Amino acid sequence: MTNQNKKPPIIEVRNLIKRFGETAIAVNDVSLDIYEGEFFALLGPSGCGKTTLLRMLAGFENPSEGLISIGGKDMVGVDPSLRPVNMVFQSYAVFPHMTVAQNVGYGLKVTGVAPREIDLRVTEALELVKLEGYGTRLPNQLSGGQQQRVALARALIKRPKVLLLDEPLSALDAKLREQMQLELVRLQKSVGITFVIVTHDQDEALSMADRIAVMSKGRVEQLATPAELYEYPSNRFVADFIGKTNIFSATVVGRDGKSLLVDVPQLGRMALPFEGDAQGEISLAIRPEKLRLEAHVASGDKVSVKGKVQQLAYYGGESHVHLDCASGMSLSVTRPNGHRGSYQDVIVGEEAFICWDSADMLVLTH
Amino acid sequence: MTIFSHLSATPVKYRRRLINPLDYTRRLWLQLTVGFGLLFLYAPLVALVAFSFNDSKRNIVWQGFTFKYYAKAFNNSGLHDAFMNSMIIASISTVVSTVLGTLLAIGLARYKFKGKALYDGWVHLPVVIPEICLGVAMLAFFVWANIPLGLTTITISHIAFSIPFVAVIVRSRMAGFDRSYEEAAIDLGATPWKIFWDITFPYLTPGIVAAALLAFTLSIDDFVITFFTSGPGSTTFPIKIYSMVRFSVTPEVNAASTILIALTVILTVAAMLVQGRGEKGMKK
Amino acid sequence: MEEWRKNKKSFAVFMIPATAWLVLFFTIPIGILWIYSFGERGPQGQTYLAFSFANYARAVEWIHLGILWKSMWMAGVTTVVCILLGFPLALGIAFAPQKYKNPLLLLIIIPFWTNLLIRTYAWIAVLRSKGFLNFGLEWLHDKMDYALTTVGLGSALGAFEPVQFLYNQQAVIVGLVYVYLPFMILPLYASLEKLDKRYLEASLDLGAGHWRTLFSVTVPLISPGIASGVILTFILALGSYLTPNLLGGTDSMMIGNLIAHEFMAARDWPFGSALSFLLMYGAFLAIWLKSTIETRAAAQRERS
Repeated sequence: MTNQNKKPPIIEVRNLIKRFGETAIAVNDVSLDIYEGEFFALLGPSGCGKTTLLRMLAGFENPSEGLISIGGKDMVGVDPSLRPVNMVFQSYAVFPHMTVAQNVGYGLKVTGVAPREIDLRVTEALELVKLEGYGTRLPNQLSGGQQQRVALARALIKRPKVLLLDEPLSALDAKLREQMQLELVRLQKSVGITFVIVTHDQDEALSMADRIAVMSKGRVEQLATPAELYEYPSNRFVADFIGKTNIFSATVVGRDGKSLLVDVPQLGRMALPFEGDAQGEISLAIRPEKLRLEAHVASGDKVSVKGKVQQLAYYGGESHVHLDCASGMSLSVTRPNGHRGSYQDVIVGEEAFICWDSADMLVLTH
Repeated sequence: MTIFSHLSATPVKYRRRLINPLDYTRRLWLQLTVGFGLLFLYAPLVALVAFSFNDSKRNIVWQGFTFKYYAKAFNNSGLHDAFMNSMIIASISTVVSTVLGTLLAIGLARYKFKGKALYDGWVHLPVVIPEICLGVAMLAFFVWANIPLGLTTITISHIAFSIPFVAVIVRSRMAGFDRSYEEAAIDLGATPWKIFWDITFPYLTPGIVAAALLAFTLSIDDFVITFFTSGPGSTTFPIKIYSMVRFSVTPEVNAASTILIALTVILTVAAMLVQGRGEKGMKK
Repeated sequence: MEEWRKNKKSFAVFMIPATAWLVLFFTIPIGILWIYSFGERGPQGQTYLAFSFANYARAVEWIHLGILWKSMWMAGVTTVVCILLGFPLALGIAFAPQKYKNPLLLLIIIPFWTNLLIRTYAWIAVLRSKGFLNFGLEWLHDKMDYALTTVGLGSALGAFEPVQFLYNQQAVIVGLVYVYLPFMILPLYASLEKLDKRYLEASLDLGAGHWRTLFSVTVPLISPGIASGVILTFILALGSYLTPNLLGGTDSMMIGNLIAHEFMAARDWPFGSALSFLLMYGAFLAIWLKSTIETRAAAQRERS
């Protein structure tokens, strides 16, 4: 929601539409700006159109309608080989019949760069991705993570204005994934170019990106920084997709200055800070970590509901407690296991009070 | 201030269809090449079929539509006898090779034994060996064994080279067979014969039918091996056409050829459909 | 898979009939041919059993070597033409929209189902002196003649002489290409189809043009398929009999025709047998080569 800087964006997308056949719309009127030096993420469930959008930026798909500009130049209809972008594919697409060095140098060779310069830059690129000395190996001798680094080096050596990455970490195992997340961010900051990644993993997007566009069914639901998305989701889809949420319905009854007055079943009337327009039936959301379990009713501004523990899920550093409340409402509470043994504080079947601060509640109008 | 700020707010539609970079087949040059290739493949055949209806002996200039050459072909006793011979040979060859080949396929799919790989290779040799070599080998054999050349020798040879084809088709059908059906039947107390007839055989039927159709086609179409194993009075349809072709190019030959083409194409399409329909049935 | 010993009776029922037939009517004939190849020809064309390599030696004599080389030359040219024509066709099918792929494939295969004799015969009608090609040329000739007459150069072209398209090497090659083209297209199509298109996209993305991508990425990655098609087409063309028989002339006799000649007119069965075996060994070598390439390619794909 905030403008990154006052410079013109490096990628501009206006009213982009992509149809497949007569009925399917993969990208449905998307407009966004990406700024130079950003780590930008396209996030969404599978089928939301994020990969199609990325491929249109790369030039492998042509839009049905709309405009794309990169670096100030109109790009629609421009061949991928002529665009100032390079892509790292989900399957890496490292040429199996060429050595690592030949792979990395391929982009320079086909554009007529002198062999000696190619050698220099290949060595440089391999150092950048921490694969020095691997030049003569063949791809089938490398692990998945190493192949990915070859793909990265191969793309970065071309010094593109933007690097596009299609689900870069999906093929890696959990430990490696975490490492590579940090690695990619470090790489991006040191090289200084714009990274655009596509991912369905919200943890990945939240931890790596400067700004995220959350997509669903071909549209951008919300474009904001990770914190804004998490703390101020603009609609139900985003609230649900990013992190976990407890959602319940409410009815708007009026306003009171800066606050919205709502009636919530089982909780009564509340005044929530909300400046937007809201009427009729709306949704309210609260993040599980904003809820506390108490043995007694809270006092003061806190809201509290009585509930019975149905399920406990232990995650080491935290526990997820699922409670059923009187009116059929279910709540999820995330409890940090702050001290050794504190995970044993709550047991299934126990009754407790779930308390929270009404200011932590989110109003979702759609 | 963006590069698009000078444009109006109306959305931009693309009038000429943009082609994706790898959509090669949408490009004109490839479409023309494929078109030319198909033309190359079909023109001679289409011409041949078309001119079987041409009312002219010369066979080049179109002079009118007629069935008279088909009538001529039907009345040609040499052609007629040859056709009958082909039918008889193909029928016998199909029945025998399908039975033998199916048994072989089941045996190969079910049992393992020492030297199986070698045996497998040997069984597929007739497919791999050039037809001319097979033809002269059969000739040498029959002469050595003092068997007079005729319908019998042709049929024997046809069966021999059809068995591997039948075996391959039925075997690939076997590959999709879930043995647990058989095992369940054994568990319930059925005898091996019952299991075979009630479970295995019905499943195999589409494959067997397809293989039989193929064997029939192979037999009808065969020239080289038949040529070397036929004797006086045992001409087959392709051989008769061959001798007519050597003589001259007439619409009558075209008519006979068209009949053979039609027969082969119909049989092969039928085989494909049967195999296709079989796929939708019991699968692993 | 069961061990055969467990059920000897069933095993016999399934395996014996076909095996017996093939031994009797396939292996023994081939065996007889093999024995004959070491034999000697009698004065009236009988075959005497002997232990001589003379037939094989004769096969590589100058005159016969000529035929062998010519056969290989014609098979080679056929293969090259098949690649040049077949590759774009395979490309066209592999990159077509999904719903057109199977119909196109079917279109390519249907002519293949028709009888070999008829396919070859169809070309006679096209290539002979009173055939379609000459007919077309004559038409062109007449039109040009007419045009020239109106300009005053009446008899500049002279009378039309039909071109000898038939009964020579070129005719045989055209016929062979026509017959064996599907054998080149299918393996090419299969490997193009299996090729991960992302490799091509990566190459384009890195700045390579389409032709560069074709030669640097596509061709190396489908080389097993290319090798398969080449070997198959070559060995099938080499062993052909009917096509050179119908379309060829005195300068275009191939191995198959020579073998037939030795068994029919020349009545030199030992020599014919030796030639047959040379052809067979060639075919075996080709098949072995082809399967080695294919297994190695499959193994490589497993590893990566």
